[in-house]
Amino acid sequence: MNKTASLPEAVGGASYAGIAIRASVVFILLCGIVYPLVCTGLAQLLMPDQANGSLIRNASGQVVGSELIGQKFSDPKYFQGRVSSIDYKAEASGSNNYGPSNPILLARVQASIEAWKKDNPDVPISELPIALLTNSGSGLDPHITPESAAVQIPRISRLTGISADELRKLVDMHTEGRDLGLFGEPRVNVLKLNLDVQTLLK
Amino acid sequence: MGILQILIVLAVVVLLVKPLGTYVYHVFSNEPNRTDRIFGAFERFIYRLIGLKDRSGMTWRKYALTLLLTNIVLVAFGYAILRLQKFMPLNPNGMDNMEQTLTFNTIISFITNTNLQDYSGETGLSYFSQMAVIMMMMFTSAATGFSVAIAFVRGITGKGQTIGNFFEDFVKAHTRIFIPSAVLVTLLLVALQVPQTLHPTLTVTTLEGTTQHIAIGPVAALESIKHLGTNGGGFFGANSAHPFENPSPLTNVIEILSMWLLPASLPYTYGLFAKNRKQGWVVFSAMMTLFLVFLTTVYWAELRGNPALSAMGIDASQGSMEGKEVRFGIPQSALFTAVTTAATTGSVNNMHDTLTPLGGLVPLAEMMLNVVFGGKGVGLVNMLMYAILGVFLCGLMVGRTPEFLGRKIEPREMKLVAVAILIHPLIILAPTAIAFLTDLGQGSITNPGPHGISQVLYQYTSSAANNGSGFEGLADNTPYWNITTGIVMLLGRYISMIAMLAVAGSLVRKQLVAETIGTFRTDNTLFYAILIGTVLIIGALTFLPAIVLGPIAEQLKLG
Repeated sequence: MNKTASLPEAVGGASYAGIAIRASVVFILLCGIVYPLVCTGLAQLLMPDQANGSLIRNASGQVVGSELIGQKFSDPKYFQGRVSSIDYKAEASGSNNYGPSNPILLARVQASIEAWKKDNPDVPISELPIALLTNSGSGLDPHITPESAAVQIPRISRLTGISADELRKLVDMHTEGRDLGLFGEPRVNVLKLNLDVQTLLK
Repeated sequence: MGILQILIVLAVVVLLVKPLGTYVYHVFSNEPNRTDRIFGAFERFIYRLIGLKDRSGMTWRKYALTLLLTNIVLVAFGYAILRLQKFMPLNPNGMDNMEQTLTFNTIISFITNTNLQDYSGETGLSYFSQMAVIMMMMFTSAATGFSVAIAFVRGITGKGQTIGNFFEDFVKAHTRIFIPSAVLVTLLLVALQVPQTLHPTLTVTTLEGTTQHIAIGPVAALESIKHLGTNGGGFFGANSAHPFENPSPLTNVIEILSMWLLPASLPYTYGLFAKNRKQGWVVFSAMMTLFLVFLTTVYWAELRGNPALSAMGIDASQGSMEGKEVRFGIPQSALFTAVTTAATTGSVNNMHDTLTPLGGLVPLAEMMLNVVFGGKGVGLVNMLMYAILGVFLCGLMVGRTPEFLGRKIEPREMKLVAVAILIHPLIILAPTAIAFLTDLGQGSITNPGPHGISQVLYQYTSSAANNGSGFEGLADNTPYWNITTGIVMLLGRYISMIAMLAVAGSLVRKQLVAETIGTFRTDNTLFYAILIGTVLIIGALTFLPAIVLGPIAEQLKLG
């Protein structure tokens, strides 16, 4: 009696292992292969621009980057983006992760302030927004705050000869509001803004 | 505006708790309902494929056994793929095979729904590995956790010997919840500019004429299940702070809702199983109360900013922006931080290492308590463990045998509950202490002073809670960290899961006790207060000393 009762139990154990293996294979195929490939297909078919990285072109039609990925602007004639410990190298991402009490963080911000004083004698540091002195989380932040753009106008105007009014208009034009008027923060896309500055320079 | 946008997200969650909780109940109550017509045929096809003929209920032992078997097989496949990714297809950027201890850590991290990442996606994984290992485990680990939660709820509310069929739960969690919602959210995210492509890294000439290489890939498909399954592992190293993973505040809100809605709805599902919705609302309210306290703290702390930077005479009115993105600002960053560590997702849209000390305390504390909503199912089960503990403590005070949902709570259950509750602090505090005693552990700390203590404490807390967010400054890709956090993740996931299933298996067999005037009720305001009290007392007793040495000391130092 005991023997016959324990037999289905043993068969159950073996068949559970079989089901576990087959279930694993099925879900590796379904979730790991079919799902991402179907999503890729639909995305490429329906929304190719977005699906391929929202590339941005200059006036002559050349790709100059992605509107989502920040770039390094070393020429002070251009609007500068945020601090990036990876120098906007977009094959990687991240930041230094200095804790708030880390002396290296404080030294880095102090150095940025000194550099600012030298390049922007017209704007006192009390107007210098913190967003411009801090490392973004991704190191690739494509945006600055509207205030961070405004404080750079005197410098750019002086170096390029473009009038401050014209630059202000450009900044206003490129200021994106909150999403749905509600979510997030108003922001300026630095690459798009500088593309227009470049056009004016030519 | 900051507070308003947070309130709107909260309101959406509260409004959707009932419909979603009801839907989940119908999926797992296994009674015929309308959704069978949509999914029934596909499910029967999968049952046939995997050879599942007998869908009758299992005892808790069988349930745990089949769960472990399935997870072990998935681990074996995943390990093999990562170690051999060089030879697999879809590797346009020429990734090499993954190193042994890093693979160990990565596989455990994803099968346990933790998604702690000691690698960086851009430089460590082929597209094939991202899909067949990372995305696959994001589905399967979420479905595993979800199944356990449902089985536990069946155990404490049902009657008989069995707590459901693991394979059936596992399949239904995929077909009726995760796969359809993942496809939907993926398409939404692509529409809002998240890339989804198999092209290799882009090379562009920038405006200033230099060359920029932009890593890209099938990001959206990963991003959706990463949040829906409360996984949290990013496609890129910077996770949801990366503009390709999370390009706008709107995608940020979608990602927050994706990770939050299911865990928030589960208490309601529990109420339906218990045939007393108030039970569900009590649990939900306790979770929401704790959540609001944490959210307020992190929002306030980050808005107040870093005193050391404000002292430099700049315009610091925006708050602490180090490690944050301009498009999110303080409100969307604070909300994301509070939700991702509550729902044990562990994705980050700002760097937690750079949070102000009190701001950084919030994710740490949420993971230590591990009951504020919680990841796929685990948070609900943890909270119910505390509910049983609360009932037990009250029973001791009045000298009555404690009861929960009409079942007597006896020594066997209390021992199991104690194991499930105490394993969590044990596997956080012991390895943290060991790390400080060894050079291998100390060597990875990158911030001096009390912040270094927070870094180590955070890493193990995140591993034990199966959260996976990091104080990313920690140099954690070393064999020491790969192996120790790997072990902590394993213990954190499976010991508590097995203890939970055992409690369920033991309660489901109990004789129901008739409710009398003397019965201690668990569906009213008093119990809501007792529940919060129990959670906070146990949490404070176990973790306060460690927290004082880390974030609180740093805050006092900063002023």
